[in-house]
Amino acid sequence: MSTTHTTTGTWFFACKTTDVPTNGGVCVKYNDEQIALFFFARRNEWYATQNLCPHRRQMALSRGMTGTVQDEPKVACPFHKKTFSLKDGRCLSDEHECSLTTYPVKIVDDRVYINVAEITVMAEV
Amino acid sequence: MKVVVIGNGMVGYKCCEKLVARSGSSPLELVVFGEEPRPAYDRVHLTSWFDGKTANDLLLAPLSWYTDNGIRLHLGDPIMQIDRTNKTVTSYKGITEQYDYLVIATGSAAFVPPVPGMDKKGVFIYRTIEDLEMMKAYAPQASCGAVIGGGLLGLEAAKALLDLGISNTHVIEFSPRLMPRQIDEQGSAILQHKLHQLGLKILTGKNTREVMGEEAVTGLQFADDTILPADIVVVSAGIKPRDELAKACGLATGPRGGIIVNEQLQTSDPYIYAIGECALHNNMIYGLVAPGYEMAEVAVSHICSDHKAFTGFDMSTKLKLIGVDVASFGDPFPAPDTCHSIVFEDKYKGTYKRINITPDGQFLLGGILIGDAAAYNLLLQTARNKMVLPANPEELLLGSRGTADNGAGVTALPDEAMICSCENVSKGAICQAVTDGHETLDDVKKCTKAGTCCGGCTPMVKDLITATMKAQGKYIRNVVCEHFPYSRQEMLDLIKLKSLRSFDEVLDHYGSGEGCEVCKPVVASILASLWNDMILDKGNDTAQDSNDRYLANIQKGGTYSVVPRIPGGEITPEKLIVIGEIATKYNLYTKITGGQRIDLFGAHLSDLPDIWEELIAAGFESGHAYGKALRTVKSCVGSTWCRFGLHDSVSFAIQIEERYRGLRAPHKIKSAVSGCIRECAEAQSKDFGIIATEKGWNLYVCGNGGSKPQHAQLLAADLDSETCIRYIDRFLMFYIKTADPLTRTATWLNKLDGGMDYLRNVVVNDSLGIAEQLEAAMQLLVDNYKCEWKEVVENPELRKRFSHFVNAPADKDPTVKFETMRAQKKAAEWK
Ligand SMILES: Cc1cc2nc3c(=O)[nH]c(=O)nc-3n(C[C@H](O)[C@H](O)[C@H](O)COP(=O)(O)OP(=O)(O)OC[C@H]3O[C@@H](n4cnc5c(N)ncnc54)[C@H](O)[C@@H]3O)c2cc1C
Ligand code: SF4
Ligand code: FES
Repeated sequence: MSTTHTTTGTWFFACKTTDVPTNGGVCVKYNDEQIALFFFARRNEWYATQNLCPHRRQMALSRGMTGTVQDEPKVACPFHKKTFSLKDGRCLSDEHECSLTTYPVKIVDDRVYINVAEITVMAEV
Repeated sequence: MKVVVIGNGMVGYKCCEKLVARSGSSPLELVVFGEEPRPAYDRVHLTSWFDGKTANDLLLAPLSWYTDNGIRLHLGDPIMQIDRTNKTVTSYKGITEQYDYLVIATGSAAFVPPVPGMDKKGVFIYRTIEDLEMMKAYAPQASCGAVIGGGLLGLEAAKALLDLGISNTHVIEFSPRLMPRQIDEQGSAILQHKLHQLGLKILTGKNTREVMGEEAVTGLQFADDTILPADIVVVSAGIKPRDELAKACGLATGPRGGIIVNEQLQTSDPYIYAIGECALHNNMIYGLVAPGYEMAEVAVSHICSDHKAFTGFDMSTKLKLIGVDVASFGDPFPAPDTCHSIVFEDKYKGTYKRINITPDGQFLLGGILIGDAAAYNLLLQTARNKMVLPANPEELLLGSRGTADNGAGVTALPDEAMICSCENVSKGAICQAVTDGHETLDDVKKCTKAGTCCGGCTPMVKDLITATMKAQGKYIRNVVCEHFPYSRQEMLDLIKLKSLRSFDEVLDHYGSGEGCEVCKPVVASILASLWNDMILDKGNDTAQDSNDRYLANIQKGGTYSVVPRIPGGEITPEKLIVIGEIATKYNLYTKITGGQRIDLFGAHLSDLPDIWEELIAAGFESGHAYGKALRTVKSCVGSTWCRFGLHDSVSFAIQIEERYRGLRAPHKIKSAVSGCIRECAEAQSKDFGIIATEKGWNLYVCGNGGSKPQHAQLLAADLDSETCIRYIDRFLMFYIKTADPLTRTATWLNKLDGGMDYLRNVVVNDSLGIAEQLEAAMQLLVDNYKCEWKEVVENPELRKRFSHFVNAPADKDPTVKFETMRAQKKAAEWK
């Protein structure tokens, strides 16, 4: 996996790998939280971020289009097309915009797990 | 060296930027005091705050820029006193700073005429973001607006009132016409007429005597005893330089205001400079940003002991007022015996152009452009650089329409020609940047700063980039994005050649990386335009724009709207009842659209397949309101009921809508059919519109509503139904094949070399010999049409994708909130 988090938190089971569309995203429910999970099939990479777009606070990032800029994976919010890095969550199209919280993802067989160590932080955002 | 700058407006900021750049290694201590609560922002584009630009978007530089450059910036803390003997300034909060040099850049304030009642509630000025915030807060309770002052700022303010929803807005001008200082009488008349068409009411020759009302304004009374009711008033009667500090410390000021400066921008105290709108140079106050920037340049170079001089500045401007171009340059109206003027006027289109040339016909002195200022930059440069005119100078006005001409014009300019006057960038500097490898507009902007201020020179910069690259023998490509080094048209040809059917295949063959939000929808649209396969198949679902991916329009709050197709706007009572029942069952907000159908808002993602299952069972199909596709074919009732109707416009509209339903294109397409020349269906505002004549149908193409409306033009007259459809087939397929992404037909035509004549030749006379091919391509799409929603409803795998939570498909998004308004729901307001 390409994330740099220290993975001390809990891993929870999100869904099966086949539940996620190739080169797209889904939204995962974890208690009261919403996490956007993305699958880059061509490079077999997985990323997870908060589902809330900080721009107008819309629960929409999982429905955004994914892609790369200079090889850096990103997602574009469907509302106003602000783009965010999936590596570190920073907004690529507007330096004044807030960053996304990102979460480590791991795959065991055909099961996707997300690490939720920092998750209580975003509940207060 | 220690410099203190008073005022952190546009010019004050520019002064800091230049000081930082100039000081280089020599130590510079820079302290700035600003009265406003935020760092300098782009006042020129203030009005764009109403179109959704935030205060942050408008900043000239973020706060971090000041800290990074060691500037001490005190915001919200105006200077109250200058002590010239001790060379110190003292601020409102009590900070005292010593200076070696002091720069006053306090700008100006709105001039409020001494009329009783100006202090009433609801009377505003228009200069700062705070002014805008106050107007916006007040506007909901207002219904009729008035702007005092019909100059540049007044018209901007009037646009702001329109944007705030106050459609009943009057502009009041004291002199007998609009913008008396910038344009001539004939130009004023055209401008006034044009603004009138856009819904602004204009009163000229009116002297305001009193602002009426108890506590809040209720109207204006004029010197001629007439009264205009108004509950929101913006005063924009001119500017008053802010020279109060200078006056108090004994600096020389002009009798009508302004701090007197010499050619080095020094005031009567050689250690104090004044720049921008507060400075009075040679009896002139310059109320524009470009001269202010030039003043900053001269003052800074003098402080750094260089010798430049400010010798005045030409007041040429180009503006877009409420969507109407207005430009004046050089000497707009010289005395008649010193020049010849060539005037071109088109009352129908609302354009007026005037150029003044020397009596010997050699040089351009200046001019005025209204309604279409595309030629502004080139004319301005021709005048400024004293370029010798062509033998027929009228070509400057008439031949300047096509981009090809502009391109040639750019190459003819000398290297010293000033292209960006805000940032002082010459043609030579831009061409050098391109030669050095900065080949995109963004790159050139970054490295030369050209086009970063008012933006007026951007088209010329683009032309220069193209011309320079061409001169180097480089092939200019209008590429899609970093993943595909091809233009949209090239992509379409390649995909067709190899019969590629999915985004992944296209990326494998012709692209690199993973794609992005720019190229994915372009490729998806091309695939749909070529093959008309189900758009969610073959892994193409995630290459679709979000709306296409969920076959619905995402709305505020994350719910969707549903638009069933209602061809020609004709619907049976039974079907209307079904829509009503479904809306009730799923609690949807309903509204009739401008395209004669019904939009159902507020559907949860997971309800979409159920809603469509019921709609389809009742005989509806997708309306493709979510796609860059054919939307509606609007119709008037036509000869079946209307006493004027010549043909059955409804039946023809239905036939056309059913033929092209689901057709995907570079942008959305709208159409309409009217039963006679009275044009009740507004066909001439559509991408293609049809109007019945005695002998058949007239076909109009490339019309456009939206922010820059354009009328459709006649392509062919008196056609029978079959020929009319053949021409539409050809026209649409030619557009689909050749247009750039997200380009409506009107813009496409404007860019097409040869314009309407060329298009008519291709479509009607088959000058390229491709008519048959175009018709066959269209027939393939028509034959392959299926309702996308029907396919989703019947396919459990596809249906599964319509849930909000992958791990809790039955749950809806709990953060979705609605409010109530007029007995229906609406999306909760976002922040
Ligand atoms: C709506 C609008 C549209 C415009 N459109 C155009 C256009 O299209 N083209 C064009 O060329 N120009 C346009 N202008 C004019 C342009 O904005 C001005 O020419 C330019 O902003 C002048 O810059 P300045 O720094 O001199 O003044 P300002 O930008 O007004 O800055 C002066 C600053 O100094 C501050 N100040 C004043 N006194 C003190 C004090 N004692 N201590 C500390 N701070 C103080 C003020 O609060 C202000 O922030 C427009 C202006 C407006 C309002
Ligand atoms: S356009 Fe002509 S036919 Fe159609 S409704 Fe109007 S008047 Fe009647
Ligand atoms: S809400 Fe995400 S970009 Fe605006």
